[in-house]
Amino acid sequence: MDKSTNILIVDDYKTMLRIIRNLLRQLDFNNVEEATDGAQALAMLRSGNYGLVISDWNMQPMTGLQLLHEVRADAKLRHLPFIMVTAESKTENVIAAKQAGVSNYIVKPFNAETLKEKIEKALVHA
Amino acid sequence: MPDGGTGAGPAAWAERLAALRARHRDATTPEAVAEIVAQVLATMHGDLTANEATLLAEVEQIGRTIAAVKQEIAALQVEDINRAFIPSATDELDAIVEATAQATNEILDCCETLEKAAGEFAGARGEALQAAVTRIYEACSFQDITGQRITKVVRTLKSIEARIAAILATFSDRSAGAEPPPKVTAEEASALLNGPQLPGNGVDQAEIDRLLASLD
Repeated sequence: MDKSTNILIVDDYKTMLRIIRNLLRQLDFNNVEEATDGAQALAMLRSGNYGLVISDWNMQPMTGLQLLHEVRADAKLRHLPFIMVTAESKTENVIAAKQAGVSNYIVKPFNAETLKEKIEKALVHA
Repeated sequence: MPDGGTGAGPAAWAERLAALRARHRDATTPEAVAEIVAQVLATMHGDLTANEATLLAEVEQIGRTIAAVKQEIAALQVEDINRAFIPSATDELDAIVEATAQATNEILDCCETLEKAAGEFAGARGEALQAAVTRIYEACSFQDITGQRITKVVRTLKSIEARIAAILATFSDRSAGAEPPPKVTAEEASALLNGPQLPGNGVDQAEIDRLLASLD
């Protein structure tokens, strides 16, 4: 697992961004940037060089699912590993995310071990 | 059977009813119903047939029911719900979100300090401290979940508020200008934003993993 990977974390709760950043630091991922909604994240992804997105679903004005659709439709970003971290735990949500091309799906609240495992899988398959 | 005092046969009645129906096609307010009732009553004079007497009694009953509903709504003082109770409840809920966010950030401040200190302890003591800090980080994600749950409650309260306003607009002259409840667009309805689920309603991480694997 390449610990120098640039990771973009996306969540409208600043506290959640801080928690995920701290957990990533514990996993030795230190190249982490933040966005607070899908639109901001998409602009950052298009102008930057990221190896992984960890995104919430429920955000305005652009949701995590919309962001995922935009990423998969973008020639430059379409193969970017994308992990959804969300409180949306209905089966229909998981299926919709999978159909949109999500790399992995973590339901909140989650633990550090789950985050580590999903990141490893997402980066291996990248 | 005599024609009765209204001087109108079934065909004439049907014609009048059709005319009223055409005039009041979109009538949904109690005032419009009362107007229709008044027009029906105005056509009845002289000796009534048994059918007309029954119709008259039922029409009068409708009028009494509408008047009773208006009195009951006035007695309930439902306007207080929209004027004070719901805004107060939503403010309190917003304050809970703000207070828990503030507390969570203070906990995270302390954790980051502890994490730095953990680096000064070698071996098992340092690892134990680090593991404890990780568990606190994990637990702190409660603030996101509770925040989303409270947002759902606030949205529900606002929906109730809009519906009460619509009821008041229908039955109370004082609230005639109230806004109707907002309509949910098809896009909003299909947005899949269900929020956190109560135990048993959603799927857990293990079920999600199985589901994703089955879709590969």
